[in-house]
Amino acid sequence: MDNDWDLYEVFVRSKRGLSHKHCGSVHAADSKMAIENARDLYTRRSEGESIWVIRAADITASDPAEGDALFGPAADKVYRHPTFYEIPDEVGKM
Amino acid sequence: MYTTDLRTAEEKAAAEKAGLKLAENPESIAELEEIFQARIDADEYIEPKDWMPDGYRKTLTRQISQHAHSEIIGMFPEGNWVTRAPTLMRKLILIAKIQDEAGHGLYLYSAAETLGTSRAEMVDQLLSGKAKFSTIFNYPTMNWADIGTVGWLVDGAAITNQIPLCRCSYGPYARAMVRVCKEESFHQRQGYEALLAMAKGTDAQRKMIQDAFDRMFWPSLMMFGPPDSDSMHLSQNTIWKIKRFSNDELRQRFVDATIPQAQHLGITIPEGIVFNEETGHWDFPDLDWDEFWAVVKGDGVCSSNRMDARRKAVDDGAWVREAATAYAEKQAQKSSAA
Repeated sequence: MDNDWDLYEVFVRSKRGLSHKHCGSVHAADSKMAIENARDLYTRRSEGESIWVIRAADITASDPAEGDALFGPAADKVYRHPTFYEIPDEVGKM
Repeated sequence: MYTTDLRTAEEKAAAEKAGLKLAENPESIAELEEIFQARIDADEYIEPKDWMPDGYRKTLTRQISQHAHSEIIGMFPEGNWVTRAPTLMRKLILIAKIQDEAGHGLYLYSAAETLGTSRAEMVDQLLSGKAKFSTIFNYPTMNWADIGTVGWLVDGAAITNQIPLCRCSYGPYARAMVRVCKEESFHQRQGYEALLAMAKGTDAQRKMIQDAFDRMFWPSLMMFGPPDSDSMHLSQNTIWKIKRFSNDELRQRFVDATIPQAQHLGITIPEGIVFNEETGHWDFPDLDWDEFWAVVKGDGVCSSNRMDARRKAVDDGAWVREAATAYAEKQAQKSSAA
């Protein structure tokens, strides 16, 4: 077969008030066709009311090998969570 | 759903270089394999950018692309019946089902692509006959009862196979399976309902159901693959949590679910299938594995017919793809000139 068209990542918003969520990818000759293909592929059962597409090649992603360096610093900061603090029962809900 | 391998060309080249270095250094490979297996043992998912053993990548590429090819080829036996569906409603249902199969093929190709093989290469492997697809689609669909039976038995067997794959260790494959299983339930139910309608009809229609069942039941059991005693991929795939149940376990599960459904349709259960009070399962005779292997090797009734139809579809669509490419290029030039 001929060469593949560009790969686009597809983000669908299921309803207003929610954010767009990554749901898959499609090949297309241009972004307009990517939206049309994504409509046919990912919203056959009214799963969405808005679609974003972006060329996969244009996404910068973090490297899983650097996961510890990137996300490690958050691991030992339990004091960022409300449950770290003990409040006496008499004080009531806080 | 998938999250493609989003590495840049430089990153990929660097990783490849690192991989070559690793090959010279078996100790670090062992270390990486340990980390990889520990992640799987902890029921974590493997994602496209993670390091994975070559065997894992290869086996998954083969399995997922084969699965994708099956979805695509699976459209042909049903496509033949769109113009002959008995009512407008059944026609709409059939078209919707076929469109789903195309969708399933595309979800799966996307999942397989994340492992580093291009879509075009996978399609070429199918068209050249190098890649296999499910043996079931080499059998003909000769009348309307066959179409109902395909939905009930073939999609039913596929669901039985696919539900455990929703928890397979490779994230993109598991996510594709979740979506496929959700949609496939409709396929099985519409097929069974079409047969129910016939079962309430004439004697001739009931005879058609029986005939379709007698022909398609056995090939649908073969969809689970060869018996555990001679499966080559089983143990490693189990350790890697690609496969969570053996072929024979899944086959038994399907038989147990299907026989009562067949009885409800008024089908005469073939000799040799008996309920085993002790085990609580339906016993069934050995399958004709010579037939299975012959079909795998391309000797199915419809094997060449399916491939010809697929090749023709690719050839007939070539001018559309060329036109779309030319149009996209022209639009891009226009917008960069403006």
